[in-house]
Parts: sequence; structure tokens; C-alpha cells
Amino acid sequence: MAAINRGQVAHLAQLAHIEMSDDELDRMAKELAVIVDSVKSVSEAAGADVPATSHPIPLTNVMREDVVGHVLTAEEALSGAPDSADGRFKVPAILEES
Amino acid sequence: MSTETLVGFEEAMEKYDPVLGFEVHVELNTKTKMFSSAPNVFGDEPNTNVNEVCLGLPGVLPVVNRKAVESSILIGLALNCKIAEHCTFARKQYFYPDTPKNFQTSQYEDPICYDGWLDIELEDGTVFRVEIERAHMEEDAGKLTHMGGATGRIQGADYSLVDYNRSGVPLVEIVTKPIEGAGSRAPELAKAYVAAVREIVKNLGVSDARMERGNVRCDANVSLRPHGAEKFGTRTETKNVNSLRAVENAVKFEIQRHAAVLDSGVEITQETRHWHEDTKSTTSGRPKSDADDYRYFPEPDLVPIVTTAEWVEELRSRLPEPPAERRKRLQADWGYTDLEFRDVVNAGLMDEIEETVTAGATAAAARKWWMGEIARRAKLADVDPAALGVSPAVVVEIEKLIASGAINDKLARKVLDGVLEGEGTPAEVVAKRGLAVVSDDGALQKAIDEALAAQPDVAEKIRGGKVQAVGAIVGGVMKVTRGQADAARVRELILATLGVEG
Repeated sequence: MAAINRGQVAHLAQLAHIEMSDDELDRMAKELAVIVDSVKSVSEAAGADVPATSHPIPLTNVMREDVVGHVLTAEEALSGAPDSADGRFKVPAILEES
Repeated sequence: MSTETLVGFEEAMEKYDPVLGFEVHVELNTKTKMFSSAPNVFGDEPNTNVNEVCLGLPGVLPVVNRKAVESSILIGLALNCKIAEHCTFARKQYFYPDTPKNFQTSQYEDPICYDGWLDIELEDGTVFRVEIERAHMEEDAGKLTHMGGATGRIQGADYSLVDYNRSGVPLVEIVTKPIEGAGSRAPELAKAYVAAVREIVKNLGVSDARMERGNVRCDANVSLRPHGAEKFGTRTETKNVNSLRAVENAVKFEIQRHAAVLDSGVEITQETRHWHEDTKSTTSGRPKSDADDYRYFPEPDLVPIVTTAEWVEELRSRLPEPPAERRKRLQADWGYTDLEFRDVVNAGLMDEIEETVTAGATAAAARKWWMGEIARRAKLADVDPAALGVSPAVVVEIEKLIASGAINDKLARKVLDGVLEGEGTPAEVVAKRGLAVVSDDGALQKAIDEALAAQPDVAEKIRGGKVQAVGAIVGGVMKVTRGQADAARVRELILATLGVEG
């Protein structure tokens, strides 16, 4: 079995701001272990001389010129916001206690 | 906010050896953002310089700004870095409302620039080499305004407002290697290093480099270890250090604070500190902990950047003369003393003097005008000397008028008045105001005769050989001619009139 345990899943869940029940943590630890195992077999196939792949397509240097293009108005930008004020996105207090 | 215990700086230096490290973020002045074609403009109405990419909406595809990549390479070259032949972008994951995607697009394992160095000259001429670990490309975050709490701080705020105009603005983060051996010069070196980086990016033209607008921002890492120890102490990272003076003060404060903590037998907590300009102190931010597990992974939406030798060399050929070398060259060319030159640099008049010299004035004359009369008037008008309205060409023309004997120094100041009042070129002002030196001997002779008649006792003294008394008569003539006479010529004529050898 792969080295991923319940504690690591709980840690990841916390980092990703996902609330998980004890049952979910147990189940996810098992499922992720299978995935990690699968990935490991890929790692075994690729030797140390094979560089890590970040993209499956051999493309590089996709760039654009520095020319202003599409811009939204503030109204458009805020149209999907749950809350807004003074032309800005309004978000709940960031720190819970002072 | 607790009051921190501090140890005196000298005392701290006796016991401990500081190790520094800096992360300087430079905002590039490209027209558009790093990964989107939305405008990169400071100070506009909130959320008017954004599009779907800057807002992190689903389904968008970032595209790299070529100019931003080139600016990053230019910065790397100016910092004597190697340029990666192949590099990638990575996602740095964290949750904070200034980052709508919940990740910042950055570089992780393979920065575009790495292994550089910068020689920093301290005030007394000591040169200190700072090693550059890396300079990588990333994007800026939005701007938060905390509402409802006291003094706009995040603590106690009821809610926060977010402006994403800055979201996605291209940033280059320059990271030093640990800086050892600075000793008691650490605060000074910190300031000088950030000043040098700011000067370099400004000179390259890749950033507006205005610290008060956050174009150049510094995070300062400080740790202390006992003298002779190899191992670094635990460090703190002070953020929000956004002026040169603040960099110096923050490093000094943290050294003094660390020393006090260590003296009391407690370990330093590895944490982020926030610099407060009002109290000139730092306070604890969040401790470095799980929250700093950024789970970097390669950005799947951006393909790698590959640099060719031709591209890098073409960029290298665009590099301007490094500011430190330029200063050395100009001081040598102009023959100024160290003090004179430092005054010129501090007054921000190096460019003006260079242009004035290039336009044909002597270095001495250029300095005399810019550091003297022009600086004085600028101070009165509360503007920068360069913004007063005197061009290098005006200085050159006034100097030529003086050299030709058409005007003297006193008249030159009146000519400057006329130029500043929009009466035209110096020559035009001389003509309009009738400021030319009176060189008509006939007119001068008349004035001299009158002056001698008015002060017969002085005339007698001069006849008797007291040549130095001639000054009183010269003064009288200058008064009558309203300063428009050539004093040397007047003196000659007086002595000739009285039949005395000069």
C-alpha cells in the first residue's frame, strides 16, 4: 500500500478548505492510496534520465504582444459577486478574532 | 500590540552575527498584465482594469506577456544572473481574498534567472557583494481594504473590499542568498541593496520603481547567531517594508528584538513580522506553519518558456550602462570631489548636469548653476530643480553670454528671472530687458567722472597710491549703471582717468 494515511488526508483537506467527516477521511485515504500507487508505477517506468513532464504537448513560448485587449467594466466584473460595495468585491472578515 | 523588548544595537552586535536575506518584488511597467491583456495601470477606479483572467473566472486561459518575459531577462542580466534555457510556471496555492484563483501563478523549481550577484557600495566606499539566488516571474495580487475596524487594520475589521486592478500585474521576485558578514553594517547594507535594485530596474526602464506606489517592495529576512557559529539562527521575515529608510529601520529593529529574545534564553519563532512605519516596530504576523504548504505544481495552462542564446544576447545588447559604473565615469569626467558628487547625486541632479555638460557647458559651470541658483529657486518654489523650467540649453546659453562678456553673474540671475517668466531664450531676455553689460567706454567714462566728482576724497587717496580704494568708485559706477557694467573694465578706466598704474 502507498504511503498516504488518514492524517495526511486530513491535512490536505484543511489546506484545501474542504470540510470532511471521519467517514469521508477514511474512505478518501483508501481511494487516494490507490491513486498514489498507480502514479508510483508510472514513476517506476520512467528512469531518472527522463525529465518530469509538465505538459503532454511539446509546445513552448506561447506568448502574446504587450497590447491592451479585452477589459470588463466594474459593473461587469462585479456582476457575479455574492456581495459588493463601492465598486469592489465585498468579502467577510478575514481574521476571526482580533 | 505588545511592546517588544529590545537590546541596544551595539550590544546586540557584540554578542551576535546577523545574517540577512531579501526578497524584493518589482512590478513591471508593461502596458498589460502578466497573463492577460487587461491594462496594467496604477490608480484607476477599482475593478476597471480587469478581465476574466484577472478575476480567476472558470474556463479562462492565461497567455504570457512577451514583454514581461523580456523585462525579467533584462533584470536577470543586470543582476549578473544566468538565464534558464528552459523554465516553467507553477501554481502556488493559498486561500486569501486578494487572489481570486486561490493560487498565484509563479515559478518554482526553475526560475528564469538564477545565480547572480550585485556589488553594493556602502556610504564610505566599502563594496559588499550580495549573491542573488534567483529572480523569477509571477503575478501581483489584488488590493484589500479592511473596513470597520480601527485604523484600517485587518484586526477587528468587519469586512474587506477587494480591487483586482493589481491582480495579474507582472512581478519579478528577486531573492538573495543568505548574506553573511555584514556585521554592524547590516541595516545600512539592507538599505543600500534595495536602493541599488530599485535604481537598476529604473535604469532598465522595466519598472516605474516608485516605492511609495509599491512598485518595489521588500521582505527582509533577519536571523542572529553567536559570533563564530556556522549554523544560522532562526529567521523572521518582515513584510511591508516599503521605503528605503524603513528597510534600514526594520532590519535594525529585528536585530535588536532577536537579541533580546535570545538573551532571555527563548528561541526565535520562525514567523512573518509586519513593519509599522508609525511605531517604527514590527509585530507578529502569522507563524510559518501548515498555511505555508503551498503545494506547488506545474501550471498546466502555460507551456514552458525556452530562451535561445540569440534572444538573450539581443536583450543583453539593450542593457544600459549600470548605474554604479555610470556614476564612477561621470565623477571622473567632471572632476568633482566625492563630496561635491554625492551632493549632486543626493539632489537628484546627475541627469541634468550630464545633459548640460553634453550641451556644451563646463562641468564646473553646470554644477554651479544646478546646485546653486536653480536649486535655490526650486527650494523656494517647493519643486524639484529639474521641474523648475530651466533646461540644460538655457544654462549653456547663459554661460556663453557670461563668457563672451555680454552679461555678468549678477545680470545672469536677472536673465534667469526672465527665462522663468516665459520671456524667451536668455539672449531674448537680455535684449528685451536691456540687460547687456555696458561696454561703451563713452557711457562708462561719464559715469566714472560723476562718481569721482561725488567722492573727491576717495579720488585723492587713489591718486596718492591707495589703489585698493578704487573699489568704492567701482561700486558707485556699478550702482549708476544698475550693475550692467563690466567691473574689471570700470576699474581699468578709473585708474587710467586718475593716471595711476593698476
